[in-house]
Amino acid sequence: MDEAQLVMDTALLAGQILLANGSEIARVEDTMQRIADNAGYRYANIFVLLTGITMSLPDGESTQVRPIHSRTIDLEKVAQVNTLSRQFASDEIDLPTFYQQLRQIEVAVPTFPFWLQELAAIIVSMTLTVAFTGIDAPVKLLFAMLAGGGGYAVFYYVNHELRVRFLSEFLASLVIGFVAYVGIRWLGFTRTAGDAVIIGALMPLVPGVPIMNAFRDTMSGNYLSGPARAVEAVLSVCAIGLGIAIMVSLW
Amino acid sequence: MIHIIIEGILAYAATVGFGIILNIPRHALNVAGWIGAAGWAVYELIVLKSGAQIPLAQMAIGMLTAGLLIGVLSNWAARVKHMPVILFNIPSLVPLVPGGQAYQVIRNLVTGHGNIALDYLGQVIAIAGMIALGFLLSELLVRITYRLRHV
Repeated sequence: MDEAQLVMDTALLAGQILLANGSEIARVEDTMQRIADNAGYRYANIFVLLTGITMSLPDGESTQVRPIHSRTIDLEKVAQVNTLSRQFASDEIDLPTFYQQLRQIEVAVPTFPFWLQELAAIIVSMTLTVAFTGIDAPVKLLFAMLAGGGGYAVFYYVNHELRVRFLSEFLASLVIGFVAYVGIRWLGFTRTAGDAVIIGALMPLVPGVPIMNAFRDTMSGNYLSGPARAVEAVLSVCAIGLGIAIMVSLW
Repeated sequence: MIHIIIEGILAYAATVGFGIILNIPRHALNVAGWIGAAGWAVYELIVLKSGAQIPLAQMAIGMLTAGLLIGVLSNWAARVKHMPVILFNIPSLVPLVPGGQAYQVIRNLVTGHGNIALDYLGQVIAIAGMIALGFLLSELLVRITYRLRHV
């Protein structure tokens, strides 16, 4: 492989990992540009959209494209590419090593195990139930735990096993609504207690990354990618809202 | 005062929890948690004396300040720890999300109280807009300090 091709491959792979794991567009462009600059190819042309990357080197004859078909959220990979790019910029690693390490990222970067994510979702639900509404009934905390944990488990399973977008949010919010419904129907919860449980349990499902990136991309002048992310965020919120609306109409 | 400290601890736990869900690097979790706690504590401090029904204007100022603080602290943490800024500002934003109001919009729409739903929708938009404005201002502050340091 000649050097120009390696530069191109490295930059495209770095961009691909960043974009597929929840980075904002400006960071993708900036990182790829830096890789090309530091490898001695200045004035590379890089064009990044939410769904694909195009890159050409000024003296080269070819332009290469990488489509991004699916996006998940794994910010540790974003941080890892960032670290590697910094090490390359300060000459700690050379280009072939950089490329090899990028190819290792898919397997080498640790993710939190499911039980810890589940625990985290429960903590988010319980603490925010209390922070938003205070404790007027301790049994409410137990329900926040059940609803938040159950909702996130369904969300995780549908996302990772069935891979249907937006259905995961919808089913999770159905579960959350159902747990709160049980509390109200059979355990004599007040309406406000039921509301508190639902609000807290929904928080782990909030599409925080799409919302933040929609804002940052639009602000940095990416008027195609920013609004596209906003569509993603709005659809997630609508899926959650639909599930809750169905359960609430049963009360 | 104790109230604010407790709420701060809760916000810390919530931020770390959300950080785990997003799989941010382990050594960024603690800092992100503190930023989340600081943001929520400032908001609580501003709306402290307003009782159960917080006036919208006061809520808006609280959110603006919290967004500004989270933005500045996240940028600072990103620079010190050499990490992307989104690792810090996304999780710490979670306690501020107007989840309660958004839920009330849906509940009131479904139960046929359109007027109340519209009222809550206004609150959701106001809060989200204020947080965004706070972030913009923080970005501005960071740019200005960068300029001052590098001229």
